[in-house]
Amino acid sequence: MQEYFVLAGKALRFMFARPFYGQDTIQQMDEIGVKSLGIVLLTGLFTGMVLALQSSVQLKTFGATMYIGRLVSASMIRELGPVLAGLMVAGRVGSGIAAQLGSMRVTEQIDALNTLGTDPIKKLVTPRVLAALIMLPILTIINDLVGIIGGNVIAKFVVDIPTSQYWSTVWDQIAADGFILRYIPSDFVQGLSKPLVFGAIISITACYFGLGTTGGTEGVGHSTTRTVVTSSIMILVVDYFLTQLLLSLLA
Amino acid sequence: MSDSDQARGSTGLDDAPTAPERREGDRKSQAVRRAIRTELERDASEAPGGPVEQAPSVKPVIDVSHVSLAFDVPILEDVSFTAHEGETIAVVGESGTGKSTILKLILRLLVPDRGAVCIDDEDITDLSFEQALQVRQKMGMVFQGAALFDSMTVFENVAYPLREHTNMSEDEIEERVREKLEFVDLDADRVMEQMPSELSGGMRKRVGIARGMANNPEIMLYDEPTSGLDPLTTGTITRLIRKLQKELGVTSIVVSHDMRSVSRMASKIALLHDRHIVFFGEPEEMFASEDPYIREFLGG
Repeated sequence: MQEYFVLAGKALRFMFARPFYGQDTIQQMDEIGVKSLGIVLLTGLFTGMVLALQSSVQLKTFGATMYIGRLVSASMIRELGPVLAGLMVAGRVGSGIAAQLGSMRVTEQIDALNTLGTDPIKKLVTPRVLAALIMLPILTIINDLVGIIGGNVIAKFVVDIPTSQYWSTVWDQIAADGFILRYIPSDFVQGLSKPLVFGAIISITACYFGLGTTGGTEGVGHSTTRTVVTSSIMILVVDYFLTQLLLSLLA
Repeated sequence: MSDSDQARGSTGLDDAPTAPERREGDRKSQAVRRAIRTELERDASEAPGGPVEQAPSVKPVIDVSHVSLAFDVPILEDVSFTAHEGETIAVVGESGTGKSTILKLILRLLVPDRGAVCIDDEDITDLSFEQALQVRQKMGMVFQGAALFDSMTVFENVAYPLREHTNMSEDEIEERVREKLEFVDLDADRVMEQMPSELSGGMRKRVGIARGMANNPEIMLYDEPTSGLDPLTTGTITRLIRKLQKELGVTSIVVSHDMRSVSRMASKIALLHDRHIVFFGEPEEMFASEDPYIREFLGG
């Protein structure tokens, strides 16, 4: 546990210390962000669609189907967007990082880096953490947007609500919770501070288990599993406490 | 000082053969061991008085003194030896006796529980992480599985220490990489753009040597340089290590259990057994030894 935070502290501190491994960071941004785009688009679209479908059934009993847009946007932006993007990236990217660093550990490449006078944390961990911190909020925004569009599709073709009305209720919802610093909707503050935290959780957990791999190729498998399980659970637990904290701060 | 250390390390001979089946030979060997010990002690007592044999140019480069290390179980106890400039020390012993651990101690990837490791008279035991990175640049390490970075090409692998620690221009780097690849008998034009996964085991090892020596280190460390290679490639690698030591005068530590190649390249051999160095001396001395454990080790 203590080592985990030491690793986190070092990874964050090295972001501001020479030498910078810019190229590694860009490569990781591609790996973490761009290559996760496909699964994030799919999850977002279908989550938004199913949200609209389910809520239309519920809202119909009250004759309130015009509020579908409000429901979809609130759920996507505050909760489902960040959490689902986090879980998908934990599965796709976290496992990849753990497997890569784990096999580098068991084939002595980490020792080789050390021997050649490079700090492996600086060379391997910091670029990954930085890339995750940048890319996860971006993926979340895309996820939110696609989800709301998915809701739009269902609202129009299944529930028969005009697109303009749908989007105006979406905006109503965003505006309803008030603004921070006049222009930033407080929903956005919630929705974007979460992926930052999740990005840190995913990348640091993956690097922690990856670098700590022991026991050959079998150990690599263990590290991968542990990374996905631990970071997924941490995302869900941290999400609850973060929500509670943010709600009390934004109130 | 260094000589008395050698002597002390070698008197670990007392602890060598403990297994029951070796009991029988014990009595006979005791006389031999006593002889070796008195000889070593004589050497040691001579050293401080008369540094006549020790030419001033031959300075100790690596000095491991009274090092003990334990993780869950003790791995090394009171291990001492010294490598002087230009020497090649072979560390031999059964598998799992902590041979590779000695290399990690010299590289300061591990820190001893007790004792000290000195490189060029600098005690590296208490260095900070950043200082240790600096000291490591004096050393080139060749890993057992070569440990090439598999996300980089051969060229990038060999160029890595140069890009990381020098201000050499790209042209200079390319020139140096070619020089090193040719030193290890590789066709630079052919292999430079290949990925490590495309190379054979022997070639990978040679690229590993080229990367280790890219920075022109004064110390080379080899972890099982010939393990898992066919006899011909083993011969090539052995020849390379000798070439390195002859042409560039580097001080080397070779961890191996391949006695044939060890006998061809080592100036001194340290035999590790049961956490101690039970023998430290020249190869001829080892092959002439009557000690039952040494005999068994050589015969096996």
